[in-house]
Amino acid sequence: MKEIIEMLRENARLTAEDIAKILKKDVKEISKNIQKLEKDGVILGYKTIINEEKVKSFKPVRAIIEVQVTPKRNQGFDYIAERIYKFPEVVTCFLVSGTYDLLLIVEGEDIHKVAQFVAEKLAPLEGVKGTVTHFLLKKYKQDGFILTKSKKNHRQTITL
Amino acid sequence: MKEKIAYRVNRIEPSGIREFFDLVLGMKNIISLGIGEPDFVTPWHIREAGIYGLEQGYTSYTSNQGLPQLRKAIAQYLKRRFNLKYDPDDEILITVGVSEAYDLAIRALVNPGEEVLIPQPCYVSYYPVAVLAEGKPRYISTANCGFKLTPELLISSISPRTKILVLNYPSNPTGVTYSREELRALVKVIKDKDLIVISDEIYAELTYDQEHVPLTSLPGMKLQTIYLNGFSKAFAMTGWRLGFACGPKEIISAMNKIHQYTMLCAPILSQMAGIEAILRGESAVRDMCLEYRRRRDYIVERLRDMELDFVYPQGAFYVYVNIKKTGLSSREFAVRLLKEKKVAVVPGVAFGPGDNDNYVRMAYTVDFDTLKKAIDRIEDFMRSL
Repeated sequence: MKEIIEMLRENARLTAEDIAKILKKDVKEISKNIQKLEKDGVILGYKTIINEEKVKSFKPVRAIIEVQVTPKRNQGFDYIAERIYKFPEVVTCFLVSGTYDLLLIVEGEDIHKVAQFVAEKLAPLEGVKGTVTHFLLKKYKQDGFILTKSKKNHRQTITL
Repeated sequence: MKEKIAYRVNRIEPSGIREFFDLVLGMKNIISLGIGEPDFVTPWHIREAGIYGLEQGYTSYTSNQGLPQLRKAIAQYLKRRFNLKYDPDDEILITVGVSEAYDLAIRALVNPGEEVLIPQPCYVSYYPVAVLAEGKPRYISTANCGFKLTPELLISSISPRTKILVLNYPSNPTGVTYSREELRALVKVIKDKDLIVISDEIYAELTYDQEHVPLTSLPGMKLQTIYLNGFSKAFAMTGWRLGFACGPKEIISAMNKIHQYTMLCAPILSQMAGIEAILRGESAVRDMCLEYRRRRDYIVERLRDMELDFVYPQGAFYVYVNIKKTGLSSREFAVRLLKEKKVAVVPGVAFGPGDNDNYVRMAYTVDFDTLKKAIDRIEDFMRSL
């Protein structure tokens, strides 16, 4: 299982057949394992990593938001976190150590939509003590991919 | 003009596959399984060490033998990794790749007419370099023994003039390697006949199913082995041209004598990057090795599905595939595969005479998706024959 997860994490396009070949296992067995991982919520989905720096048509505005909250008695941060991450605008929500508690990535069509969300939904929530919003200006690297330079192959096409 | 060229050079046969290489280099949009170097770029921390060296103005010569810190780091690495004991002061020489190290070893040891035994298929430079040194290289064909030298083959190849045996494992182009037992059996003959072995173990770190056993680690072999290794394959540093030779100090000193007048020293920046690679490169090597292993496992299964014959490769990043059943020569196979399916492989004739014409070398030095596409095309090609 561990190896299946590792391989799919690196390359989601690997088919059950590919993995079966690499691991010298039966395709059916691998398919079953993958289905189980999906069912158990270990594998949440498969997405394509798009270099948005190169796409003109669709570019959502993103903000990284630091949120200071007051944890709720007996429930810690989970209660307030849930209140926050259920908003579809929030695409990422982490609890972190340091000077603030929750780190969010919020997406919107434009800067106003994001600002509106912070002002009208996020900041007024009971338990939210303060927010600091950083609008994302440029992505250099994401999920291990460098976005600002194109891959070049300098190798000769044939060498001994 | 030809008569002006030294007879030693004229004795070297021109490469039989130059034309094929030109054909490949002239074509666009092909997938190449013909690349004998890693597809990975040198890990960033190693490149960064090179840049730092340049910034700090490390632009001078080093001692002929190589930076003491690098030699020390190599000695520690060899001890840690393979339990080899080499003194960085006089038993290790830093060279411009294993290619230079091999040349130095041959020139330091071979008198005119002395024989150098070279099991083949093998890397292209072993034979001509021995010719240049006026030695007498002799191929030993291993095609009938799973591409491995056996004691019997070795014994039957030895003559009173035999001085050197060249070993390379894991092997380019076959990917096969030797187990401790197989080496032990060879060592008996090697000792009995008092041969010196030049052991090119550049692919040692890329060994997938077993521990790599350096020849020099076998009892008594340190005195009869020149151990060659380098940074190109394990650390993806081919272009840095950095290798090293370890051996008895008299031989290393003789090699250094040639090295000091011909090469002077390996580039200082490469040596500085090499220090970083050896000290902190282990996890990067592990990651790359894992990736190669997965590709190996994949290509091997696919080739089996196609009912193509090969000897199971346990290291390096090559599979040497038998194409005899297609009825094509290795060159014909490679040319047609290139023209019809735009996939490049290397015809076996590049790696020695005789049976090699029944083989092509496939290198899995491309990312998985590309590898898959290449094999799909090879499958189509096989069906079309």
